[in-house]
Amino acid sequence: MSFKGNFLLWILVELLWFGLQLCFVSVIFSQTDAVGSWSKWQMVLLVGTSNFIQQLYQALFLTNCTNLSELVRTGKMDFFMLLPVNTRFLVSLRVVDLGAFVNAAFAVCVMVLAATRLHLHPTVGQIIGFASLCAVGMIIHYSLMFILATICFWTVRAQGIVWGYYNLFNIARLPDEAFRGVFKAVFTFALPVLLVSNVPTRVLANTLASWHAWGVLLLVGAVWAVISEWFWRRSLRRYTSASS
Amino acid sequence: MSQYFYVVVTGLQNNLQYRFNYLTRTLFSFIPLFAMLSLWRTIYASRGHHGGENGFTEAQMIFYYLLVAVVDVLTAVNEDDWQIAADIREGNISQFLLKPVDYLWYRLSLFLAGRLAFIAVAAIPLLVFISCYRAYFLAPPDLGVFSLVLVSLLLTALLQFFISYAMAMLAFWLLEISTLIFILYAFEYLASGHLFPLDVLPPGLKQVLFLTPFPYQLYFPIQIYMGKIAGVDLWRGLAVQLGWVLLAYQFARFMWRRGIRKYSAFGG
Repeated sequence: MSFKGNFLLWILVELLWFGLQLCFVSVIFSQTDAVGSWSKWQMVLLVGTSNFIQQLYQALFLTNCTNLSELVRTGKMDFFMLLPVNTRFLVSLRVVDLGAFVNAAFAVCVMVLAATRLHLHPTVGQIIGFASLCAVGMIIHYSLMFILATICFWTVRAQGIVWGYYNLFNIARLPDEAFRGVFKAVFTFALPVLLVSNVPTRVLANTLASWHAWGVLLLVGAVWAVISEWFWRRSLRRYTSASS
Repeated sequence: MSQYFYVVVTGLQNNLQYRFNYLTRTLFSFIPLFAMLSLWRTIYASRGHHGGENGFTEAQMIFYYLLVAVVDVLTAVNEDDWQIAADIREGNISQFLLKPVDYLWYRLSLFLAGRLAFIAVAAIPLLVFISCYRAYFLAPPDLGVFSLVLVSLLLTALLQFFISYAMAMLAFWLLEISTLIFILYAFEYLASGHLFPLDVLPPGLKQVLFLTPFPYQLYFPIQIYMGKIAGVDLWRGLAVQLGWVLLAYQFARFMWRRGIRKYSAFGG
């Protein structure tokens, strides 16, 4: 909290980029009436949802994932391994980015606006479903990025790889119907970023064709969570600390 | 002059150490690019190929994004602004106040080295990616236009660099400038035509954007290449671009002079 101005500026930066995405949606819909079956306000809802998930993820995990390689490089991991608490829990939730919660709130505002424009009246069940799917989405992002971050146990410097994953957030806010073929299959089943925001948005907008998407999202999420835990344990064994 | 040549050579060697980093960065950047191409294809499919009121056919739209990727590899400022800011903050610039090396030319040499290294690594994956879309990738109208594209690309690179350099000079006054860099970057991303061709914007807004240097940081050379601008407009555009480069250069110098007065050489 020693850089109050900077704290506010970071919120502004994130808001600008969010605004940029919304601007892009409005540009797209100046060219067409629909992207696949997605209407303008449905896509605004999608961008809002995607930003909501991303901001919550950023608030809790992002800084910690990018800092992991520093902990390994400098040997500060020693300290966390000695504490009588699960090490992964510690390194994953060490720092919380409060500004991101503010931006998540802005995302909620945009989602409410879009829902009003779409005349949606979500039931309690829908909202609970939406919230739990958002949580699953966050866990998927976290599992994937944590795997990339643990690569630093092998290569020491993995920040570049972790930031590379950031590109995948760019796809998460696009409607699933814009994609076909191998690309869609890879980003639905292998790296399910196309499901992460699309499925919860569809739950809210009543456009979910079948309940299969729920199942796929939960299943793929569980698989990635397990893989990332396995990978973490393998990686931890390679940890040799730094000269001290 | 020769000292800057050595800066380029050593800079090249340093940058090539990060070739794996550059490669992953290039490969990862294809994912959003591909996604963008798919999105526009879907848009064009759903509006049934009628009415190109923005003047872009589906093929031209795809071509546009491919050119954005190419121009980006050739001219984008990579981490120069962060490095300059770090040099100032950590007091590394003290040595340049003593040596017969001008910091701006030194950084420009490093920028050149960084671009050459990046191009060396990114060229092959980029060519492979483009060859998947070769049906959309057209040759420039003629050799004369192509040489003007090259001139414009050079000006684009210089403009990008001088603006980033001037921005990084803020580190003389502020401890933490990454937020400001990101804010500038957000404007550049939109107004330089990175996110979409400026032609899809309302004409009035597009004209306003052309009063700023942003379109000359990316959109303008692409416009020349695609033959969207020709004749007197082209020459006028080039003159304006050159004007922005000179202005940005002067501004960068000005910021440096003011900054040096403030400079107190932390950790000298």
